[in-house]
Amino acid sequence: MFEYAPAPESRSVVDLKPSYGLFIDGTFVDPTDGGSFKSINPASEEVLAEVAEAGAQDVERAVRAARKAYDKVWGPMPGRDRAKYLYRIARLIQERSRELAVLESLDNGKPIRESRDVDLPLVAAHFFYYAGWADKLEHAGFGANPRPIGVAAQVIPWNFPLLMLAWKIAPALAAGNTVVLKPAETTPLTALLFAEICQQADLPAGVVNILTGAGDTGRTLVEHAGVDKVAFTGSTDVGRAIARSVAGTSKKLTLELGGKAANIVFDDAPIDQAVEGIVNGIFFNQGHVCCAGSRLLVQENVADRVLESLKRRMAQLRVGDPLDKNTDVGAINSAAQLERIRELSDAGSAEGAERWSPPCDLPDRGFWFAPTIFTGVTQAHRIAREEIFGPVLSVLTFRTPAEAVEKANNTPYGLSAGIWTDKGSRILWMADRLRAGVVWANTFNKFDPTSPFGGYKESGYGREGGRHGLEGYLNV
Amino acid sequence: MSERVAVRKTYKLFIGGKFPRSESGRSYLVQSSNVSLASRKDARDAVVAARAAVKGWAGATAYNRGQILYRAAEMLEGRREQFVALGIPGDEVDAAVDRWVWYAGWADKLAQVYGGANPVAGPYFNISAPEPTGVVAAVAPERPALLGLVSVIAPAIVTGNTVVVAASATEPLAAVTLAEVLATSDLPGGVVNILTGAITETAPTLAAHMDVNAIDLTGVTDAALATDLEVKAAENLKRVLRPAPADHDWSVDPGLDRMTALLETKTVWHPKGV
Amino acid sequence: MTATTTSARSELSELGRSETALRTFLHGLPGVDQVGAEQRAAQLSTRSIKTTAKAQAIDLAIRMVDLTTLEGADTPGKVRALAAKALRPDPADPSCPHVGAVCVYPAMVPHVAEVLRGSAVHLASVATAFPSGQAPLEIKLADTRAAVAAGADEIDMVINRGAFLAGRYKEVYDEIVATKEASGDAHLKVILETGELATYDNVRRASWLAMLAGGDFIKTSTGKVPIAATMPVSLVMLEAVRDFREATGRQVGVKPAGGIKTTKDAIKYLVMVNETVGPDWLDPDWFRFGASSLLNDLLMQRTKLTTGTYSGPDYFTLD
Repeated sequence: MFEYAPAPESRSVVDLKPSYGLFIDGTFVDPTDGGSFKSINPASEEVLAEVAEAGAQDVERAVRAARKAYDKVWGPMPGRDRAKYLYRIARLIQERSRELAVLESLDNGKPIRESRDVDLPLVAAHFFYYAGWADKLEHAGFGANPRPIGVAAQVIPWNFPLLMLAWKIAPALAAGNTVVLKPAETTPLTALLFAEICQQADLPAGVVNILTGAGDTGRTLVEHAGVDKVAFTGSTDVGRAIARSVAGTSKKLTLELGGKAANIVFDDAPIDQAVEGIVNGIFFNQGHVCCAGSRLLVQENVADRVLESLKRRMAQLRVGDPLDKNTDVGAINSAAQLERIRELSDAGSAEGAERWSPPCDLPDRGFWFAPTIFTGVTQAHRIAREEIFGPVLSVLTFRTPAEAVEKANNTPYGLSAGIWTDKGSRILWMADRLRAGVVWANTFNKFDPTSPFGGYKESGYGREGGRHGLEGYLNV
Repeated sequence: MSERVAVRKTYKLFIGGKFPRSESGRSYLVQSSNVSLASRKDARDAVVAARAAVKGWAGATAYNRGQILYRAAEMLEGRREQFVALGIPGDEVDAAVDRWVWYAGWADKLAQVYGGANPVAGPYFNISAPEPTGVVAAVAPERPALLGLVSVIAPAIVTGNTVVVAASATEPLAAVTLAEVLATSDLPGGVVNILTGAITETAPTLAAHMDVNAIDLTGVTDAALATDLEVKAAENLKRVLRPAPADHDWSVDPGLDRMTALLETKTVWHPKGV
Repeated sequence: MTATTTSARSELSELGRSETALRTFLHGLPGVDQVGAEQRAAQLSTRSIKTTAKAQAIDLAIRMVDLTTLEGADTPGKVRALAAKALRPDPADPSCPHVGAVCVYPAMVPHVAEVLRGSAVHLASVATAFPSGQAPLEIKLADTRAAVAAGADEIDMVINRGAFLAGRYKEVYDEIVATKEASGDAHLKVILETGELATYDNVRRASWLAMLAGGDFIKTSTGKVPIAATMPVSLVMLEAVRDFREATGRQVGVKPAGGIKTTKDAIKYLVMVNETVGPDWLDPDWFRFGASSLLNDLLMQRTKLTTGTYSGPDYFTLD
């Protein structure tokens, strides 16, 4: 009846080189002892560029460059000057945001609507926010003379490549540290474009170093003896391994790991907004979100109604070309992730949960998974316990507020939670009891540079964002 | 006239508000007394008691926690001579009382200093507040046996955590006496649990325990043991407080770090609309 | 219609008998979170409607226009010209569809009727002491009957906002029922004047009240108060008609009015209709734009799409 014609965002704003080196000490260099790998567009499986894979000697070079920059330039630099470099970077990100957004969608598979309207504005906002802290650290509540830690090794995931880079680099630099950052192997390209922005901002050489590579590169980096601080965002298993590897050292560690958040809908919820919140909670960014509301806990007396509305709303989701401005759900980031989502979804069916997806045509090439919900799920199902990290929602019901709290907390994770009710006192009662670092009440998946983010329990430790986000980069 | 025969004290563990012997039936001779030699099972029992106490203690009002901690300081002051008789210098007892009072006062202030409203760019109420992480396992410093122990316990519990603490192995009597102070201070059973004995026996159990949220390695002096405990703690991503330097001066202002290291920050969002 | 909706419908029809029952029902409707509703509306506004989709949307929007003039200065000549434009919005292009209706004051209805006679363009008249609604009921009903007698087949009434905001729901309900009866075969559009309702919760309640009382359309605004139609208000109303049909089986139309001036605005509304209530409402029988200047912008954009060059206001008749 009213078919939206394709509305593709132009790729021409992105000038991709056939290959990229490592960004060490202010310049792009070929790897010494590493190799190379290809970064592909998950929506088409087309090769976007060949990217260097850093080896141990490259890690050594980068850490040494970061140390030199820390000792000679960045550490001694007055905070007001560090601030100005960060402001410059923030401005350049705004100026080049369209280019960065298109590249992010190409490399990651996320819809351009999200990279344009969510990721990039938040990236710039993070640099702006922390830029202002650089010359105010003595007022941050960590003592009269808080000192930076030194060289930070930072390893980030593929779900929000540039945003996670911002969450890592902005506070580190504001606090006076220098960094060696490793982007995820499937999404290295915006970090490399960020390296160009550092050059454009005349950021002193060695303050930011970007090493592309896979797990080995990351391991070598965080285990390097010359590193003073390790910050990691990613899976709980890798987080555990990193926590072991820093044991017995003086390295300061912050971890932002997995989640299995409960999104709790009470019978007096603003239903239409709750349904939007459920959709945003699990289908935003294809569900590749550590704080995704992947468990819907709905009060049994409104369960049918909520599910009916949810299904109707899901049928409106437009799955497809990430660069189409009308796409709501893009491509799964990699073949490996698609395989994991399939495996867990199949387990959901095998364990007896009822599976539903709206009719949707998925492209032939690339990695795709239709928005999916499972009903009739119990706490014992794998899909209610394990992080799927995809567009798959498990629906459970509850009868009383106490039961909702009990079910919500019955997980080793504790990153986020959602509450939907029109009753204010119930929100506060619930919020007190939920063991989660971020509680969204009558909203979901909201982020802001001033707002601390991070988990309880196996979702990691330390906070990113806000005044709290400085703590992980100061010697306090 | 014959001298009165003194009644001697048996130094036992402090678990769940009670003073049990080690379930292993073992004791060791230290400071001229037989002191319970806690087993791995005792450590696990202590974790169970500590977990059971979390809900009530974390859920108590900050004012109430502050009152109870202050009460403990009063009791401690009253037993000053008893600690001196155990060989604790009077200055140290005084410092321990003062430290306890200092931490007691933080109960209803830390959330204001460490949390607060966040000015997010949108129509939202957004507030961050610290919460206790849950069950904390701690290894107290060998010495100062009392001030060190107080400096480990008080910051953990003032914010609503419960603790299982391995006391100084070489000077455990102050710890057991402190347990008697706590038992008479309205502190709910299980909030503080004290194990005496060999750290090498209890600490690995505590570090590996999946129902412990944080481990404070302050008193671990053996670097290899500290590393091993930290590795074990990684299994469920415990928050880790690393060992204090050997020359740490316990008399200086401790700052907030010992409290904040054992806290989670919870941030709550809500839209503002009509 | 299923058996459940039949019984639900008869249950709902009982509500109007008692103030208490109406209040209990209206206050039992799910709340609307302002921020969430506004964000959803804003999100729908980011849809990119280009090329063929845009052409389709423009023609649909033209067919949905209630071409309106509600001025003290209206004259028979002016409204006749407007009616002529309604029939052939773009005289240079016979493929251009006619609008949905012409909307005028009751006194102007006979003049418009002459021009529209025999066409498919509807004739809407505001009535019930538009725009304030501040007149005795008998006068409002007489106003309505006069408009229908003069040839109007659609009546745009205003609700008594004072009574609604004071919680006298039955009074509002009874007035709509009476006006519906006075309208006879004419379709009744109930203007909620959402700009005066203060909250989205009230918009939802007023929507349900109007539908329960028999309104064929719910309409946002008179265009005579500072806040007219907005995307989020229309979203809440669309949700209401969707839920009402689900509960009763009866479909009710929606008409945002006032402030919709550009093709871009109109397309945003169509996207919202499409994704909130679906294709059943993408029809002039079920969705209208109360607008005047919108039509010229639609025509200019239409010309741009067909000829490839931008037109100017001088090439289209003034309203």
